[in-house]
Amino acid sequence: MFRFIVRRLLQLVPALFGLSVLLFIWLHKLPGGPESAILGERATPEMRAAIRENLGLDEPILVQYGRFMRRLIRLDLGTSISTKREVTTEFLERFPGTVELALTAMLIAVALGIPLGYLAARRRGRFLDHVSVAGSLVGVCVPVFFLAYVLKAIFAEHLHLFPSSGRQDPTINATRVTNFFVLDGLLTREWDAAADALWHLVLPGLALASIPLAVIVRITRASVLEVLGEDYIRTAEAKGLTERVVRNRHVLRNAMLPVSTTIGLLTGGLLSGAVLTETVFAFSGIGAFVADSISHRDYPVLMGFIMIIAVIFVLVNLIVDISYSLIDPRVRVR
Amino acid sequence: MALLEVEELSVTFRQRGRRTVRAVDGVSFSVDAGEVVGLVGESGCGKSVTSLAIMGLLPRQAGVTVEGRADFDGTDLLRVDRRTMRDIRGRDIAMIFQDPLSSLNPVLPIGRQVTEVLARHRGLSGEAARREAAELLDRVGIPDPTRRLREYPHQLSGGMRQRALIAIAVACRPRLLIADEPTTALDVTIQAQILELLKELVRDSGTALIMITHDLGVVAGMCDTVNVLYAGRVVETARRRPLFTEPRHPYTVGLLNSIPRLDGGRGERLSPIPGSVRDVLPWADGCAFAPRCSRQVPSCVGGPPALVLTHTDRSYRCVNPVPPAAGPATPADSGTAPAPTAGGSAAGETRTTAVPAAREEESA
Repeated sequence: MFRFIVRRLLQLVPALFGLSVLLFIWLHKLPGGPESAILGERATPEMRAAIRENLGLDEPILVQYGRFMRRLIRLDLGTSISTKREVTTEFLERFPGTVELALTAMLIAVALGIPLGYLAARRRGRFLDHVSVAGSLVGVCVPVFFLAYVLKAIFAEHLHLFPSSGRQDPTINATRVTNFFVLDGLLTREWDAAADALWHLVLPGLALASIPLAVIVRITRASVLEVLGEDYIRTAEAKGLTERVVRNRHVLRNAMLPVSTTIGLLTGGLLSGAVLTETVFAFSGIGAFVADSISHRDYPVLMGFIMIIAVIFVLVNLIVDISYSLIDPRVRVR
Repeated sequence: MALLEVEELSVTFRQRGRRTVRAVDGVSFSVDAGEVVGLVGESGCGKSVTSLAIMGLLPRQAGVTVEGRADFDGTDLLRVDRRTMRDIRGRDIAMIFQDPLSSLNPVLPIGRQVTEVLARHRGLSGEAARREAAELLDRVGIPDPTRRLREYPHQLSGGMRQRALIAIAVACRPRLLIADEPTTALDVTIQAQILELLKELVRDSGTALIMITHDLGVVAGMCDTVNVLYAGRVVETARRRPLFTEPRHPYTVGLLNSIPRLDGGRGERLSPIPGSVRDVLPWADGCAFAPRCSRQVPSCVGGPPALVLTHTDRSYRCVNPVPPAAGPATPADSGTAPAPTAGGSAAGETRTTAVPAAREEESA
């Protein structure tokens, strides 16, 4: 198991290297550059050239890439062109919010999706099945920002059940440790701050959960249907086991294999896809920052963001593979 | 007093957009305590569906209708509520399935799959359950049982898996065991071992056994009473020996004639039953076997043939039965079936006289 993990982490190195080369060249070859964003449309060619020289963008691309790599090895992502601050500092401030939101969304999606998918399969062809299948289709189709606005309008602005924006009530003076607000509240034993941060996560979490929830319902339903047709489920029933044991030990355990793979694949999408949700709820995560960086051609921020997402994605899927081998003895990692 | 009395059991599968299938159409048979009863027939004749209906394992959904009675020790299994049925299953009636690999849960250790039934019905847990499970594996002939308990199904050979399934089935000393083609997926050498094991277990514990098979060799080696099924109905019931020596239903004769024999003359062809189970007549319109039958007479159609009771333990459903002593005889003294070892020249002769006659009628 240990060797498997080490090998997978080592495989990460060439993958990240290839990804960085491709994206670096592609980003820098895109028309326009940070100088247009800084100077606007009326700038003279001389002014543009001066800025490009100042940022080191006039050098050959290989030289620029070499500089990027030398920094990356020291875990230095450079300085943001638009905010003039260290990219790592910016990320440490903003990433925790996004991670918190993505985790909330995934928890909601898993906690609702697996039972719903299971029940739909068990009541195949009946009302609940039709509702969940149709609902999951809607869940995939409705744009996340639209759902976010609807949730906000109903539950925050009309019913006042949840806060409509932000990550923490401004009147709460919470201590910051990790910038994961819920975690901070727990660490510093400021329970009201933790509860408030959690409260702020509900609506954006629900909005962001819609697509993974729909996907998990569908995958679980299909997977449970397949397992229900297996001979070993008939054996379990023939033993006279209680419904609960048949469901948990025999059906769900086998049905979870494809579901866990799906969860891994969805996680990466959640992190990078939180932008719109964060915008609607004025949730200070990484989303808006990265979106601005795209229009500003803020190369260091974009490169850093992509690298981090890639690392997280690989790590999550490594965890999925490990859990796979824990569920299914036939998949032993070595 | 019979332990299990199945009366007029029928199972109908109705699905929108598809033909309604009456998989079991009025099956009646009984099993005495400690008796080994065979349900024999071609694939599709309703043997497995019959057993699943008795076990309450048919899918509970719209379109599946089960009718009739299945009295087990005074309880009608078809009308008992689901909770009670879960108590009966695994404790009083257990089942062994055809494919031992797919019938074991791939992600649970063998031990868990044995102990969970002990926990459910015998209240054993922890070390006591593990010890009992190891003993069970030992009893069904699995060597090194404590190690095997920790292994997973894919680490066991086919024969070992079937032994493990048998261990699970006999774990609570059921009064009735249903074995649905337990040897079909196994090598020939392993088949014999498994049958021997089953025979031994039911003899030692006094468990009644329903042996579902298409293999008359298995029937000959094990069963006390044999029910021959055709198109969802029992067409002939007999004790083992009379069935082989004096089959009365043309279908039984056909089944016996389909078995290769060492003592059949060199170059002599087997006489398989023409057609397939799909060429059936609905029982309501006459004998379902009539379209394939070599002894067909006009009275075969028009209504279901009545059950003819010759004497106790013997009945068949045919208007033009094979006359006694004209069927393919197995020397009564050998007692073992038309298996390759059985036979003698006399047997071959009786058979050759019966079959050409049948062929003439067929071509006519």
